[in-house]
Amino acid sequence: MIKKILPALWLAVVLLFLYVPVCLLAVYSFTDSSMIGSIRRFSLDNYRVLFTEPELRHMIVGTLLLALAVSAISTVLGTTGAIGAFYAKRRRRLCLELMNQIPVVNAEVVTGFSVCILLIVFLKIDKTTYIPLIAGLVSLCSPFVYLSVLPRLKQMDAGIYEAALDLGCTPWQALRKVVLPQLVPGIFSGFVMSVTLTLDDYFISTYTKPTLFDTISTYVVNATKGEQTEIKTALWALSTILFLCVCIVVLGMNLLGRKEQGGQEGQGSAR
Amino acid sequence: MKKIHFSRSSLGIPYGIFLVLFVVFPLLIILFYAFTDGQGRFSAENFIFFFSNGKTLGTLAYSLGIAASTTAASLLLAYPAAFILAKGRFRRRPVLLMLFILPMWINFTLRMTALKEILTVIEKNLAYYPFMNTVIGMTYDFLPFMILPVYNSIAKIDDSYAEAAMDLGAKPAQVFLKVMLPLSVPGIISGVMMVFLPAMTNYVVLDMLYNSTYIMGSLIGSYFSAYDWHNGSLISMILLAIILGFSLCSREFAGQKEERTGGIRI
Repeated sequence: MIKKILPALWLAVVLLFLYVPVCLLAVYSFTDSSMIGSIRRFSLDNYRVLFTEPELRHMIVGTLLLALAVSAISTVLGTTGAIGAFYAKRRRRLCLELMNQIPVVNAEVVTGFSVCILLIVFLKIDKTTYIPLIAGLVSLCSPFVYLSVLPRLKQMDAGIYEAALDLGCTPWQALRKVVLPQLVPGIFSGFVMSVTLTLDDYFISTYTKPTLFDTISTYVVNATKGEQTEIKTALWALSTILFLCVCIVVLGMNLLGRKEQGGQEGQGSAR
Repeated sequence: MKKIHFSRSSLGIPYGIFLVLFVVFPLLIILFYAFTDGQGRFSAENFIFFFSNGKTLGTLAYSLGIAASTTAASLLLAYPAAFILAKGRFRRRPVLLMLFILPMWINFTLRMTALKEILTVIEKNLAYYPFMNTVIGMTYDFLPFMILPVYNSIAKIDDSYAEAAMDLGAKPAQVFLKVMLPLSVPGIISGVMMVFLPAMTNYVVLDMLYNSTYIMGSLIGSYFSAYDWHNGSLISMILLAIILGFSLCSREFAGQKEERTGGIRI
């Protein structure tokens, strides 16, 4: 009996550790209290502030636009990179693979700082142009797109490209109409991963962002240093909304993936 | 035919150029800045200062302590969980696994805000246990990154190895220690790599939990605020050296592992 309960208990404890803080904060985001533990009454004030306070709205919309732009660029670069590397000669492929691995294993602080040194200090590019910020984030995200597209290429039947050529496609058509559709799941999960990486990033953004622009992370860190309770509790609402979005996206992707793979088990495709 | 091959592999050229420009080149610039002074002359002064100053060495020791404790704590929590997930009988295993991985998709500053509120309620004042709070915070943040690789490597282990060991008379504890644990080492190593380095550098966790002691990342942050590019580059360089060491070690270990699994197969 114990042998059965103990493992389940362990999983439950780890899950509680991971979810209690976020869930409790979600519950309290629907009250008017500014501290966990002091239950008052139900209120949607936090959500009202989140959507009406101009500063917060600018920050959220700005971060989302940034995430979309960065992810679009990263997806194109990472996907073309993976296709190129897959068909390249061994030495060139290994070279690309090695360079691709650097941002993956590197600490984000170091990535951010090095991009800042090169673009802002050495090349003196103006920070207000967003170029350093986007370049830094793309260099973080595109390797993950590359890594999620490459396995798809390896799974693909090499013959179908040749078949398309035999049937009269130009190489470009064959690539676009035959190879690319097979890569879509990998490209899509790479895109989603880029969005979450950008939304999650703090270090690259702080070192390369324009002074007046804030991403969610840099905003939250600054807001928790200040003592503005209204902003602080509005961020609880933001946390709850993001939490729900992530749940929906991840579960949705999981269901789609399972349908496509015919119920195959254990595909942990994240990171 | 030759032309076709050229056109496909040349798709990778923009990405290659991008990586050289924004990944390799910045690291070279960092190397350059770490060993020069304000006038652009070669100087090892910052290097000597870092390794002879009690304060900076203390920071290095403190961040190693934080990183080691965080790694140990997350491994202790994650290994049994990953093992149960991989080898237990569950009807909806992918969904259950997803639950353990999902937190890494949520913005970590927001999750840290949540943890801070909880810890404040429990401890009243966060300043009493700064070290412990930091380790809790980092474990909370990085746990999914430990669970995923460990799970993957345990899930890959063929059940027949354990069955064979049992048939040959091994007790359950022996089966675990002599078969399962050694075979899951690659997963443990990549999990450790995913946790140890961020734990040395993610100073936002310390900031948000009111721990004012510096770790290696905070040094970079403070040099950045002071426009001291040379010292900041030096710290980045030291971190890069640690990362390189880790990567080489893990490759070494992975190589040994392959030999050993090969041995089992024979």
